[in-house]
Amino acid sequence: MNEYLSLFIKAVFVENLALAFFLGMCTFLAVSKKISTAIGLGIAVMVVQIITVPVNNVIYHTLLKEDALSWMGITGVDLSFLALLSCIGMIAALVQILEMVLDKFFPALFHALGVFLPLITVNCAILGGSLFMIERDYDFTQSVVYGVGSGFGWALAITVMAGVREKLKYSDIPKGLEGLGITFISAGLMSLGFMAFSGIQL
Amino acid sequence: MSDTKEVLTEPLVTNNPITLQVLGICSALAVTSQMSTSLIMAIALTSVTACSSAAISSIRNHIPSSIRIIVQMTIIASLVIVVDQVLKAFAYDISKQLSVFVGLIITNCIVMGRAEAYAMKNPPMASFIDGIGNGLGYSLILVIVAFFRELLGSGKLLGIEIFPLIKDGGWYEPNGMMLLPPSAFFLIGLIIWVFRQWKPEQNEAADFKIMDISHGEGGHH
Repeated sequence: MNEYLSLFIKAVFVENLALAFFLGMCTFLAVSKKISTAIGLGIAVMVVQIITVPVNNVIYHTLLKEDALSWMGITGVDLSFLALLSCIGMIAALVQILEMVLDKFFPALFHALGVFLPLITVNCAILGGSLFMIERDYDFTQSVVYGVGSGFGWALAITVMAGVREKLKYSDIPKGLEGLGITFISAGLMSLGFMAFSGIQL
Repeated sequence: MSDTKEVLTEPLVTNNPITLQVLGICSALAVTSQMSTSLIMAIALTSVTACSSAAISSIRNHIPSSIRIIVQMTIIASLVIVVDQVLKAFAYDISKQLSVFVGLIITNCIVMGRAEAYAMKNPPMASFIDGIGNGLGYSLILVIVAFFRELLGSGKLLGIEIFPLIKDGGWYEPNGMMLLPPSAFFLIGLIIWVFRQWKPEQNEAADFKIMDISHGEGGHH
């Protein structure tokens, strides 16, 4: 149990996907102008992350890993080079399915997340989560915890960023630094803040 | 001919994918703590962008628009797998350092963005050159950031010592922050500032103006 808790904390704070690995930066910068939209996108990313990381984990371990096909009686086959293609295909498909399911059963939530769902396919945080999961060889339970943690960490980062940017509107910034420039610098300061967690050993 | 040159050079400064179009920042920053990794990354991304743009543009008339994203994704992912395997075969150490970021070229918005915005409307040759141009624009920023991070962070360039460090009897005390993620944000922010001072037309229009009370009516200049 302790191991999973520490993995969760590590995924949220120490190895925050947005601020320590710069994943999902494009959407992070584009959609962080208002807190309400940032929360919407954050939740959407979290939901997709929670589903895709474990699913990709199962696919990788039963189909692609070296000798993973031995349950079918095929040995000596290593398909791990296909991991990239299968991950992105899985993510694209899942996002599409999620969109249809939400549309059918949770129309309110669908309208709230509406525009953000398709954006998520090309969000590197999602693909990055799955690839980190493969690289670090997590088992199924670990991958669930990692999916929840990394998704939550990303959502937290974008929400905080949006809060900062809403306040930034009132500050007097040099002309050339307005907009994108100052956003980068404040993201840097936030990332500096998150680095403070890096010494924590659980 | 001048057209080709324009397509190639425009993305360098005037329409830089990172500083102006805000694309492809995701994987860009994480690999810039050393010159060698960022050069490899720049070459990898430029070749993927160029080849995928050319491939997508050559079949652009046969792709049904409803599934074009999936088709583009598949082409890009296949090219990235090739790059990944080549790196693993010939530059294993560097591919270990780049870890997942080679794979993340797939979701790099520059590749998708050029495929969607340029390659779907233009012939293969022009798309190929456009891909190279945008790849070079990305590479330019990557190399600038990596130059400062490696030089100030460890006193080296491409692993060759430039500033002798204090601990080796030299005079330079390395700035450890340059090797950590936040410095990449600061450097890109500053690069954007420099670009916009140099080309003021890139400044963003303000969302709103503070009303000038002294003019009574105010707010409409």
